Amino acid sequence: MNPEPAPSRKFSLRRLSAMMVKEFAQILRDPSTFLIALAMPLLLLFLFGYAVSLDTSGTKVALVLEDSSAPALGLAETYRASPYFAVETMRSIPEARRQMIASEIRGVIVIPQDFGRMVQAGRMPVIQLITDGSQPNAASFIAAHGQGVFQNWLATEGLPGATAHAPVIDVSPRFWYNPGLKSRYFLVPGSIAIVMTMIGTLLTALVVAREWERGTMEALMATPVSMVEFIVSKIVPYYLLALASMTLCTVIAVWAFGVPFRGSLIALYLIASAFLMPALGLGLFISSATRNQFVASQIALLASFLPTFLLSGFVYEISSMPVWIQAITYAVPARYLIPSLQTLFLTGDIWSHFLPNIAAMLGFGFLFFFLSFRVTRRSLG
Amino acid sequence: MQRLRAMIVKEIWSLLRDPKARIVLVLPPLIQLFIFTFATTLDVRNVDIAVLDRSGGVHSAELVQRIAGSPNFRKVVYLASSDDLERAIDNQQVIAALVIDAGFDRALTRNPPARVGLVLDGRRSNAAQIVAGYVSQIAAGMDTEAVPAMQGGVQVTNWFNPSLDFIWFTLPALIVIIVSIAGLAITSQTVSREREMGTFDQLLVSPLRLHEILIGKIVPPFLVGTFNGTLYLVVAQLFFGIPYTGSLLLFFPALFIYLLALIGLGLFVSSLSMTQQQSFLGSFVVTVPLMILSGYASPIENMPDWLQVVTHIDPARYFLIIVQGLFLKDMPAVDVFHQLWPLVLIALVTLSASAWLFRSRME
Repeated sequence: MNPEPAPSRKFSLRRLSAMMVKEFAQILRDPSTFLIALAMPLLLLFLFGYAVSLDTSGTKVALVLEDSSAPALGLAETYRASPYFAVETMRSIPEARRQMIASEIRGVIVIPQDFGRMVQAGRMPVIQLITDGSQPNAASFIAAHGQGVFQNWLATEGLPGATAHAPVIDVSPRFWYNPGLKSRYFLVPGSIAIVMTMIGTLLTALVVAREWERGTMEALMATPVSMVEFIVSKIVPYYLLALASMTLCTVIAVWAFGVPFRGSLIALYLIASAFLMPALGLGLFISSATRNQFVASQIALLASFLPTFLLSGFVYEISSMPVWIQAITYAVPARYLIPSLQTLFLTGDIWSHFLPNIAAMLGFGFLFFFLSFRVTRRSLG
Repeated sequence: MQRLRAMIVKEIWSLLRDPKARIVLVLPPLIQLFIFTFATTLDVRNVDIAVLDRSGGVHSAELVQRIAGSPNFRKVVYLASSDDLERAIDNQQVIAALVIDAGFDRALTRNPPARVGLVLDGRRSNAAQIVAGYVSQIAAGMDTEAVPAMQGGVQVTNWFNPSLDFIWFTLPALIVIIVSIAGLAITSQTVSREREMGTFDQLLVSPLRLHEILIGKIVPPFLVGTFNGTLYLVVAQLFFGIPYTGSLLLFFPALFIYLLALIGLGLFVSSLSMTQQQSFLGSFVVTVPLMILSGYASPIENMPDWLQVVTHIDPARYFLIIVQGLFLKDMPAVDVFHQLWPLVLIALVTLSASAWLFRSRME
């Protein structure tokens, strides 16, 4: 055991380029690289473009009609015509309950026996909405839109309940930057962050862990290659690969999914580069600390992919999380990337928004590189 | 039989030999369960809102006061100009800005309805829509006191989860997701690791028969999956207080069949890959669609029709319905079987496909 560091080796551009050529050759030779750099981004964009949609419509509900009067039938028709619901008529509430347990329907609209009589008597008719609480999001949706349809029906029929509810204040909402309220517009830019995490952290962690596992790392360390050269030679190829993949995603997002791109390319590459620093640094750190491909892959999944997916504000609002989880999100580099990407695509270049985020990402980048430097060096002692 | 036992023991050892790997099998899934249970909520709470009040009257102050008092909003930022408003939205300082015009108070007292503008951040269109709902509700509340109208007309009942607690939805779903991630990750490594280490050839020249090797590969992830599934079942009830209303006699058969379908998928990926890196990436390529098409990330009925058809080959889709049904709805055996037979079919297909691929790769 020699506590002194290895005799200082001068930085050599020739050695570095030789190392990078080797690294590139390794990337190009392995078919899984194409899988991750080309197929993965396409798959992710495809899934987030088509499969993940928070724009609810056509929710399956049952309609239980206990009354056959004209007003009851009219209201039933209004529900059938609503684009929010796909209505199926059922004979009784127990039947609807069975269907709901089987997850065939998400809610029940009950028009009770005395509905027509109430309307004729000029009194406020009452209906019942039953929702499937096991799907809370769909449940609140059904409650909100079910009431909306009913209020509209009351208004068009000129019934008393409606007039009493005429609002004193009329709120007219305007949704900036995404007036069509397409969830795809924010999910697709967000999925670019996931692609970059995949390449930056997961792939890098696996590659370097493999070198440790196979013992080629020791072989490398015995050569005159210095730490800086080693790290740079590992980083640059994956940095370029990630940028290439990000470019591909951006092109597809704009041309295939019609997501507007209102910012500048310079800002896009600057933000992406800033994010790749912590992503690559974390990948290096995980691989040097674990030196086992299976463990590295699991840790990388837990420390980078899942937080990018769940703790970055990508789909789930950070402000709604408990305070201790909100604190954790500050340590997730993607938290700074995703709002920047969404702003870049939908709003434009808002530098006062980008710069603090870029600074935070670079800060994490330095931290992770420092840590992986320490871990790699100590292990050679 | 003795050979088979030796094979299984060997496989379990190779999974548990490395102390780090032992920890990785149990700890990360538990961390995921705790963090993601709390993180994945589509509720919108504690948001910041801005107000540009050009009226400065009694009623506008009252409206702002009510918004500030709502538990859904955390902070109210007062703006001086529309430039401020643009900056606050662009920098995502606030998710929405309420614009009250100078004539608001007069309009409200003389000829209602008085109009207020609400600018929302479309970059977070989902949360923005919910915030718009909150503001409209508060605004509507302003008049119910002035005009004592008949409330109701619609009586809303939530079955199975009366207070619409989001955790009751998330936790059962996360059990499915985490069992899947861990199961696929372990299985997909088994064959490719042997190949990378060179021990695969040793296995082939040993007297072990094909089905013995395969069973040996299936048992360890099956045991880990059963252990994790049982652990979460207990944690969900003890730590999170989620009611489990169904029968355990239905949960475990469903878990076993789901694990077999999953392991078949994992083995297929593993036999296809030459290196561990490939198999990891392969399992990732399988896991992500498995999760997203299961109906957990967003409801299946929101997807385009052709994609809804595709979700029928996703085993997680069926297991998710079973687990959610057994937790909250006391799902009867008939309904469980209705979801279970496609799962059996998928398990048969994935297991035989992986056996076929494994055999053809041996030659």
